[in-house]
Amino acid sequence: MNLHLKIWRQKDNQTAGKLVAYDLQDLNPHMSFLEMLDSLNEKLIVSGEEPVEFDHDCREGICGQCGVMINGIAHGPLKHTTTCQLHLRSFNDNDTIVIEPFRSSAFPVKKDLKVDRSAFDRIISQGGFVSINTGQAPDATVIPISHELAEEAFDSAACIGCGACVATCKNGSAALFTSAKITHMALLPQGKEERNQRVLNMIKQMDAESFGHCSNTEACEVECPQGISVLNIARMNFEYNRALIFKKR
Amino acid sequence: MLSTLSKKILMCLTGLFLAFFLLIHFLGNLQLFLPQEQAHLQFNAYSHFLSGNILIKIVSYVLYLSIVLHAIDGLVITIKNKKTGGDYQSDQRGRASKWYSRNMGILGTLILIFLVIHFQNFWYVYKFGAPPLDAKGNKDLYVLVIAVFQQWWYVLIYVLSMVALCYHLIHGIHSAVRTLGLYHPKFVHWFKVIGTTYSIVISIGFALMPIYIFFTVN
Repeated sequence: MNLHLKIWRQKDNQTAGKLVAYDLQDLNPHMSFLEMLDSLNEKLIVSGEEPVEFDHDCREGICGQCGVMINGIAHGPLKHTTTCQLHLRSFNDNDTIVIEPFRSSAFPVKKDLKVDRSAFDRIISQGGFVSINTGQAPDATVIPISHELAEEAFDSAACIGCGACVATCKNGSAALFTSAKITHMALLPQGKEERNQRVLNMIKQMDAESFGHCSNTEACEVECPQGISVLNIARMNFEYNRALIFKKR
Repeated sequence: MLSTLSKKILMCLTGLFLAFFLLIHFLGNLQLFLPQEQAHLQFNAYSHFLSGNILIKIVSYVLYLSIVLHAIDGLVITIKNKKTGGDYQSDQRGRASKWYSRNMGILGTLILIFLVIHFQNFWYVYKFGAPPLDAKGNKDLYVLVIAVFQQWWYVLIYVLSMVALCYHLIHGIHSAVRTLGLYHPKFVHWFKVIGTTYSIVISIGFALMPIYIFFTVN
């Protein structure tokens, strides 16, 4: 199949970018979207042009590294998949595909389709952990946790931090990402100990990173590769309100 | 400086108060549907009772404050969100959400413009103008209402504003419940149903008042 691509090319963070058109012929419809970009890059390298830079790692849909806006939708037309799990069979022959980086004021573009998502790491460093003294591994049955609760916590922990929620949100809000981490910890007995301080610290960092407000449009859940529920945001709000009332200082 | 979540809590609390006020306002105004003779005196007596009551006076100041805070906070949030959100050359993000949830600022602005008209029509004339008196010596708010709603363009403005109000309320109540932190899926669903029903009933009810008066009262 043949595709007409319009790809965002940007030299670096300081330079203005623009869409550049590329045509690809004789593509295998069972190629993944990233393999299609690989084949474009091979052609560009052969012809002496700068290849298109994009983030990727596992290509199995579990690392959260890849992610671009495809025709104005985070991770492309399929729901609940990452960009690497999208294949050309989801498009028609001779389609024009616009590829842009994930955008928000908290995700500066580094180059082409690559954005700096380290704001997420800084949020995690403010509370995405449990403080325990390490030593010998405790017996797995010391703290009883029901199967349902473990599964619920795991549903939140499934967030891969790709940033599609922020890119999809008209406000560039990181509420879904932050709330998934907060909920994951708040559900489990080990995490409950530091719940007040955790939510206050993580929200403070989230605001410092210039993410927008959550206005509950719920678009993030629809485009999330892991289908992280917006009820995590409700839980985050609950934890935050609770912490405001019960904090000791 | 309030956090993003705190600003949403302010939005939520003032919004819920305003939504609750609408219910009281709505129930009181149902008197307009009474037979004309009875409605005339009863509605004026009710207005007189409200304007003379100290408790209602306090509530009215809370109401003015809520409107102002809700509008300013909404403006602050919208401006920040415009700055932080990404812009795309090709943008299909709308497929994932409802249009009214994305345009609460515009719906809110329409409602604010409506409120200015609404206050000017009745509140201002009642408080600072010289309305006529009825048979019992109360200020005759009823004839003011009739006079306004016999003009078709006012009826149209009021009805269209209630459409904006309806969508604003549907998303607003759902969003407020979320901001309060209700995370249980069953109750989230219940509140969504209750909130949507409330929004529709209130808005249609209010919209019917000018329509009813336009077509029945001479």
